[in-house]
Amino acid sequence: MLRFSKASKAGLIVIVGIVLLFMYAPLTVLILNAFNERQVSSWPIEEFSLKWWAIAFESEPIRAALLNSATVATGAMLIAMILGSLVAFALNRFDFFGKSTVNLLIVLPIALPGVVTGVAFSNTYSNFLTPAGFQIGYFGMIVAHSTICIVMVFNNVFARLKRMNPSLQEASMDLGQGLWGTFRLVTVPQFRTAFAAGALLAFALSFDEVVITIFTAPPGVDTLPLWILKEMARPNQASVVNVVATVVIVLSFVPVYVSQRLSRTENEK
Amino acid sequence: MSVIAKAPKRPISTYLHLHPKTGLRALLALPLTWLIGVYIISLFLLLVTAFWFTDPYTSKVRPGFTLENFVSIFTVPAYFATSVRTLGIALAVTAVCAVFAVPLGIFMAKLARPWMRNLLAVAITLPLWAGYLVKLLAMRLTFTENGLFNWLVEPLGISGPGFGIPVIVLTLAYLWFPYMALPVFTAIRQLPHNLFDASADLGAKGWPTVLRIVLPLITPAIVAGSVFTFSLSLGDYLAARFVGGKTQMVGSIIASNINLNPPVAAAFSMVPIAFVIMYLMLARRTGSLERM
Repeated sequence: MLRFSKASKAGLIVIVGIVLLFMYAPLTVLILNAFNERQVSSWPIEEFSLKWWAIAFESEPIRAALLNSATVATGAMLIAMILGSLVAFALNRFDFFGKSTVNLLIVLPIALPGVVTGVAFSNTYSNFLTPAGFQIGYFGMIVAHSTICIVMVFNNVFARLKRMNPSLQEASMDLGQGLWGTFRLVTVPQFRTAFAAGALLAFALSFDEVVITIFTAPPGVDTLPLWILKEMARPNQASVVNVVATVVIVLSFVPVYVSQRLSRTENEK
Repeated sequence: MSVIAKAPKRPISTYLHLHPKTGLRALLALPLTWLIGVYIISLFLLLVTAFWFTDPYTSKVRPGFTLENFVSIFTVPAYFATSVRTLGIALAVTAVCAVFAVPLGIFMAKLARPWMRNLLAVAITLPLWAGYLVKLLAMRLTFTENGLFNWLVEPLGISGPGFGIPVIVLTLAYLWFPYMALPVFTAIRQLPHNLFDASADLGAKGWPTVLRIVLPLITPAIVAGSVFTFSLSLGDYLAARFVGGKTQMVGSIIASNINLNPPVAAAFSMVPIAFVIMYLMLARRTGSLERM
């Protein structure tokens, strides 16, 4: 066993404490400030109130931003579900030249800095597509989001496919089912939870995405993160921003939590 | 009656079974068209744009070939200083993450009871999902003039650093810490117990064992984690914008030029990519990347 003196142990515990404080104090300050009665965020909070929640709930721009976020995230999720699982099936079933290149292609959009990916899309849209007479508009944002979300679905589905027993599919074919029947009756029941888990993560990733959105959102369209960003650019931070940020925390935790549960129940079987 | 002569009942399935290449092409066609047609072409066009120039009179982008944009990275003092500053910030973030991740990992893997270990593992992972912007906002609230940090240190008669490079480093470390902490914890956990027994039998106490046994063995995990902390910090510019005061990073230059002077923005996009590639090559020489 690794043995430490009492003083060293105490030192380690202090460091762990600092890390935990550092990780959770800022988020706590943020969430508490959503209930701050004053208009400008501050610490310590003198009086608590729910009034900013009422104001946020009534606000038309916030509702529009929430709707945009949900639309874009749903669109990106659906495209990523199709493309991500297609690649996962291809890489799982076949060995071919350039397999690792395909793997790299999927990871690249989130491996490169968001500002580079965002600028690359923005450059294509405004310096190439627009001069060619093609306005991509709202769909450009969905295209960019789907591209970074593919890896989420791919990772989950690929990991599940790798653990699946290929002889079950062979048995199904030997017993007379075609590819479609085998897929529907044998493959889908085994991988659908991973599929759903990946889809939820893709949704969460798109819902939180900000840097790429800055460069690809058409003028006048805000997603929730873009709305928060705009409000942050004002000199004093209004408490209503903290309400929206708290909602974003909750809305991104729910899909991740469900996704974890989906993967876990299947792993325990 | 011959079974073999019978026409296959499921022509498509049979065909795909006999021609697996066709099946592979069918599966990959759509995703590869998307990734190459949308993403790789965009990256390529960005590189092409980096060689174009902006008409100084109409401020429109003109096709052409000039190395001016790349040369400006090195010759304009403000640009060069920003690249160096960004590199420094990314290295500092990586160092801060490593310095905290190792003791935390030792505590979790070797000292904490199982329930405590699981609790800490969840506690480290959870903030990953709280959203980038939300965490940035939280750090801004914490370090603002009348924020939590100043309130905490006020009784000591000091005041916080104010928005600037130190707060950028802390914020980025806060954002990316889990990427370092989790691989380091996993690596320490996997170290065999008898190594520690042997070290203790040979007379080494806790800290010498950490320095001479643990650290060399977990270096690959630290390098693997540092790839994330380093490259994620390099490309970031919102932290500089919201908690950095007047500090600029490479991302700030890219973002502020994309509408005014796209060729300069395009040339600058290559800076973080170049840094990341150099870092990956250095990391590869340590042999840590194979284990990722």
